[in-house]
Amino acid sequence: MATQLLRRVLGSRSRQILSTTNPNPNLALPIARAFSSDITPITATLFPGDGIGPEIAESVKQVFRTAEVPVEWEEHYVGTEIDPRTQSFLTWESLESVRRNKVGLKGPMATPIGKGHRSLNLTLRKELNLYANVRPCYSLPGYKTRYDDVNLITIRENTEGEYSGLEHQVVRGVVESLKIITRQASLRVAEYAFHYAKTHGRERVSAIHKANIMQKTDGLFLKCCREVAEKYPEITYEEVVIDNCCMMLVKNPAAFDVLVMPNLYGDIISDLCAGLIGGLGLTPSCNIGEGGIALAEAVHGSAPDIAGKNLANPTALLLSSVTMLRHLELHDKADRIQNAILSTIAEGKYRTADLGGSSTTSDFTKAICDHL
Amino acid sequence: MSRRSLPFLKSLIQTRSVTYMPRPGDGSPRAVTLIPGDGIGPLVTNAVEQVMEAMHAPIYFEKYEVHGDMKRVPQQVLDSIRKNKVCLKGGLKTPVGGGVSSLNVQLRKELDLYAALVNCFNLPGLPTRHQNVDIVVIRENTEGEYSGLEHEVVPGVVESLKVITKFCSERIAKYAFEYAYLNYRKKVTAVHKANIMKLADGLFLESCREVATKYPSIKYNEIIVDNCCMQLVSKPEQFDVMVTPNLYGNLVSNTAAGIAGGTGVMPGAGNVGNEKVVEQKKANPVALLLSSAMMLRHLQFPSFADRLETAVKRVISEEKYRTKDLGGGCTTQQIVDAVIANLD
Repeated sequence: MATQLLRRVLGSRSRQILSTTNPNPNLALPIARAFSSDITPITATLFPGDGIGPEIAESVKQVFRTAEVPVEWEEHYVGTEIDPRTQSFLTWESLESVRRNKVGLKGPMATPIGKGHRSLNLTLRKELNLYANVRPCYSLPGYKTRYDDVNLITIRENTEGEYSGLEHQVVRGVVESLKIITRQASLRVAEYAFHYAKTHGRERVSAIHKANIMQKTDGLFLKCCREVAEKYPEITYEEVVIDNCCMMLVKNPAAFDVLVMPNLYGDIISDLCAGLIGGLGLTPSCNIGEGGIALAEAVHGSAPDIAGKNLANPTALLLSSVTMLRHLELHDKADRIQNAILSTIAEGKYRTADLGGSSTTSDFTKAICDHL
Repeated sequence: MSRRSLPFLKSLIQTRSVTYMPRPGDGSPRAVTLIPGDGIGPLVTNAVEQVMEAMHAPIYFEKYEVHGDMKRVPQQVLDSIRKNKVCLKGGLKTPVGGGVSSLNVQLRKELDLYAALVNCFNLPGLPTRHQNVDIVVIRENTEGEYSGLEHEVVPGVVESLKVITKFCSERIAKYAFEYAYLNYRKKVTAVHKANIMKLADGLFLESCREVATKYPSIKYNEIIVDNCCMQLVSKPEQFDVMVTPNLYGNLVSNTAAGIAGGTGVMPGAGNVGNEKVVEQKKANPVALLLSSAMMLRHLQFPSFADRLETAVKRVISEEKYRTKDLGGGCTTQQIVDAVIANLD
């Protein structure tokens, strides 16, 4: 009853809010589908980013236009000076725009090594409270790597853990860095992991940890995962020590399904899985925040050496935008675009340089549009 | 034999080259502390004992029983290790999440074992997805994320300290470069995450860079740990010697061991194994045999080490005797017998 009232009042927005924040998706889905004929365009924030960012963002816009996806882009760029309100190069307006639209797509942004200010990605995470990073890794048919049977999702806690950024020099030559694990954040990411597994029909969730050495911190993370696991008895839950996990991933990646882990391990394992399927140039990624915010991003670097030369591979950003569409429940459009991308790569005629071909970005994009 | 006639005689006889110039008394048996440990430990250390006997290697083992659920490592074990300076250890199982601090970590702290070396290389006859792998991972073993300094701030919030000191970072960097220099390795790569942990890993990198300037013939580069894992999975032949802090070293060495064939085979890396494997006596002793070859080299018995390694490699390349983790179905004893048969 309350959902009906809510829907009438909020119109098209209710579909997004209901589908992302409702922990019981079975309730929201039939209601949302009834309204899928709604053609009010959804506004989404777009951060083209640095380096090859603007070119591949252009690719995404072109594909969306050809597929007639009802998304309107609101573009924001990284500033050239530090905004005092956010302590970084990202302006307050950009962040407000994401908070308003609840959905966004981000291109690659550069982080300098070892310098003073906060990393841009870290700023986004902290300000928007993006607590989970979801990276689906599946072997692309047609692009052969040494591993053909990868089909796993890595869900990484994104706010705390080893990347809290709290470091200090105790005395000269001795530095301490704090790793913080809280019950709240661990419960949040575990809930999302199991919810994701359920909605996407996944059977097993593995928690990755090093609780034999870091007994209290990873022990707390595991306790939270166990609590959430009890609420989902149909999903198998297991715990794997991280070094064992690395070895098993490298020998037999088909053994894993959904992986949930704290920040540092997540970073390393998700990049390892990206390596298994062909690299960061092909891996989609999506950050989930409080209040149903979803920021899909391309996780590769900004590749300044090929910027502006029309050589970049837009696959990662395109697949991330597909993840964004799935989050918005536009499943038919998402499937169409994903199939177009996969068949273009499988065909092998149009491939960018990093996949071993010689096409330009625009040729590749045109091929995908033709496949739609 | 006068010095002048030696090269003449050598060219006449054409025998094996002399690898070891002994000092009188070097051949007397050396004591080595042996800790069988838990799980598959006793099985594989027994394998090593048998092979050493068959080779008549000049070492004898002083065995001590240590189990993972003991509170502390017994003092006599520590004294023995300090006296003998060499120890061979099976895995010690650490209870997950319990209040007992890991015995492995205790051993490392007491004896100040600061470097862990894992050598991952492709074994001929063992097909893996990657070829041309020959990586040595040297991991700082005392500090970093595994300091064990944790506390609960308020209920529901736990902190763990990662400590990096210049002293330890310098030590491990010096060891890594020295190893590379003495083993004619061309490149040393430092693995870090200094774009996020600027001070901590920044200090580690600084120490590595300082030591690198003292070895101008060895190439030095740095790589971020997530990129490193990705490169290991796609192009492992680009890595030679890698020096890392504690946690990254754990992950990187296990990944490298995995791509080269698994921790059942690579010396240095290791885990306790699971229950089923123990009961069926099917654990893979190859890793511990190759580790004991490393030990023999450390004790300055290179020809024994060579013999052992050749025998093990021959058994693996024959593909007849394989344990379950390599795709076969042999028991540990069968592998040991095969290795002993192959010793010439």
